[in-house]
Amino acid sequence: MPETSNTRELNYGEALLEALSQEMALDENVMVMGQGVDDAKGQYGSTLNLHQEFGADRSFDTPIAEESMTGIGVGLALAGMRPVQVHQRMDFLMVCMNQIVNMAAKYHYMSAGAVSVPMVIRASIGRSWGQGPQHSQAPYPFFMHVPGLRVMAPTTPHDAKGGLIAAIRDDNPVIFVEHRMLYANRGLVPEEPFEIEFGKARVLRPGKHITLVGISYTVTDCLRAADLLAEIGVEAEVIDLLSLAPLDSETVLASAAKTGHLIVADNTWAMCGAGAEIIARLAESDLAGKVKVGRMGYAPTTCPTTRCLEDEYYPDPVKVAQTSATLIGADPAALPSQVERREIEEFRGPF
Amino acid sequence: MTIDAFDLEKAYYFVRTIRRTEEKIAEIYYTDKVKSPVHLSIGQEAIAVGACMALRANDTVFSNYRGHAHYLARGGNLNAMWAELYGKENGLAGGKAGSMHLADLSVNFMPASAIVTSAVSNAVGFALAEKMRNTKNIVMCFHGEGAVDEGVFWESLNFAALKQAPILFVCENNDYAIYSTQAQRMAGSSIAARAHTFGITTSNANGYSSEDVYAATAAAVTSVREGKGPALLEVDTYRWRDHVGPDDDHEFGYRETQHLKDAVAKDDMAMLASKLGTAKAAEVNALVEVELDQALAFAESGDFPDADALMRHAHA
Repeated sequence: MPETSNTRELNYGEALLEALSQEMALDENVMVMGQGVDDAKGQYGSTLNLHQEFGADRSFDTPIAEESMTGIGVGLALAGMRPVQVHQRMDFLMVCMNQIVNMAAKYHYMSAGAVSVPMVIRASIGRSWGQGPQHSQAPYPFFMHVPGLRVMAPTTPHDAKGGLIAAIRDDNPVIFVEHRMLYANRGLVPEEPFEIEFGKARVLRPGKHITLVGISYTVTDCLRAADLLAEIGVEAEVIDLLSLAPLDSETVLASAAKTGHLIVADNTWAMCGAGAEIIARLAESDLAGKVKVGRMGYAPTTCPTTRCLEDEYYPDPVKVAQTSATLIGADPAALPSQVERREIEEFRGPF
Repeated sequence: MTIDAFDLEKAYYFVRTIRRTEEKIAEIYYTDKVKSPVHLSIGQEAIAVGACMALRANDTVFSNYRGHAHYLARGGNLNAMWAELYGKENGLAGGKAGSMHLADLSVNFMPASAIVTSAVSNAVGFALAEKMRNTKNIVMCFHGEGAVDEGVFWESLNFAALKQAPILFVCENNDYAIYSTQAQRMAGSSIAARAHTFGITTSNANGYSSEDVYAATAAAVTSVREGKGPALLEVDTYRWRDHVGPDDDHEFGYRETQHLKDAVAKDDMAMLASKLGTAKAAEVNALVEVELDQALAFAESGDFPDADALMRHAHA
């Protein structure tokens, strides 16, 4: 992490807002567009009042026309602007796929570098409560699959700010994934603008018995699982994958070489997810056969709305700890069977 | 703003260059030197030429996979285009683009898209940037009548009108999406009339006359440049050859041979030549043949890209 002298805390939404505000002040080409960005809620506070600070030309609400709005962002980027697009649900990106995959990701290569598309597509993912089949998805692997795109999913307020600034300054289209349960999280955030590096995972907690890799909100599941595992004497190393494309499998494999056990808790379905990719890379490395591996993710079905089934559907700290204990040959029954998650317990919507 | 008089010789030069280039593509296609689909504009040249002649150098053009005519009418580089068709290192994009994705920033010609309608919203975004920067440059977006089948076309038009973006949509209506007529696909017939409901300026021109297209485009361009918001120009035309590939496709029976005869009888190239006079036209013809021979030699002489070019430009 960069050196910083201050001890100021922001929440995740405030950290994103500070990143946008500072970049808009530094570069007149940076602009924000998306449904509701200039409303009173300002996407969990992350775009609040930017239209007043920088003018309605540089932060504006858009029609409910995701494909064209994405394409218009691509066109702005081709002209040298740096648009940041905001989607209240990542599910809505399915309407934008043509522009993201066929246009934004292709322009640079098919023009042999003559043009580039420096745009950021921010999208909220995941559970809060009752988001159901079409308001909860996190299909980041679709985008990891496509050359020409970058994908980032920060977990901490620090990385939300440094990640968004890096995404804005990057000359490629960046899919920027934000979990709803993270917006209220508080943490230390440097006041000055700074960038975190694409392609670098972050070891958040050292440990020697098992490596737990999380993505966005499942990082918090892994950290809590590490607390539970500590109660039975298991030391888990927790890695925040952070950059999904490019993917830092080196950091993960180095940790797995040390611990001999690896679990990747995807924040989506495990099939063809980040876990599948990481474990495939492990299998291709000289660690093949030397590390016990496991994948976790959403249950392989559509997300239900009712809470009791939702709890079954998502990974959680207890499930991660139990799966970990089983993998390393410890007794999962010895683990605590409950964990407090106030952000989920206290969430009341309505959004 | 005053509108420059139509430059007959220049128009003939461009129409002739495009026609002969595409005839040459058709002629050599059997050799498989162009290992890629080609979508020819033979018969439609008057639109590209008339429209592009009304632009300024700093304006930007968005095209599509039927884009040879747009690129050449924009004053593009014939040598580099031919080398690109050949997949050579000295092509516009070193062989990465081919016929369907021509791009050349030196003439403000943005990379063309092979997916119908997909660059239309990009063109609107580019135009919005021009407005935000108060440049007085405009964007010209060529599209076929098939492009308006897509909902995103109308989303884009709405936003362009909402933001008063400086963009001129040039709708080349050749009536066919591959082998389907507009009437088979679309309720109502006039695309300009539909576009007009968005509160934008619309007009039509005779697609068999580059002079008429020029006049209509120049009027529309003036309006757009003066800040009066987007405009759409719909121009009827006829595609002489197949949707894709070098051949005449009337044998498939989906359209009448008589339609082709009617279109050929109205051919702009012949009209321009007769207005220009035999001697002058012959001079232009000779020049075009020299340039075409040079372009083919340039393409032939180029090297194919090295294997390490594969991963170059994977990311910006």
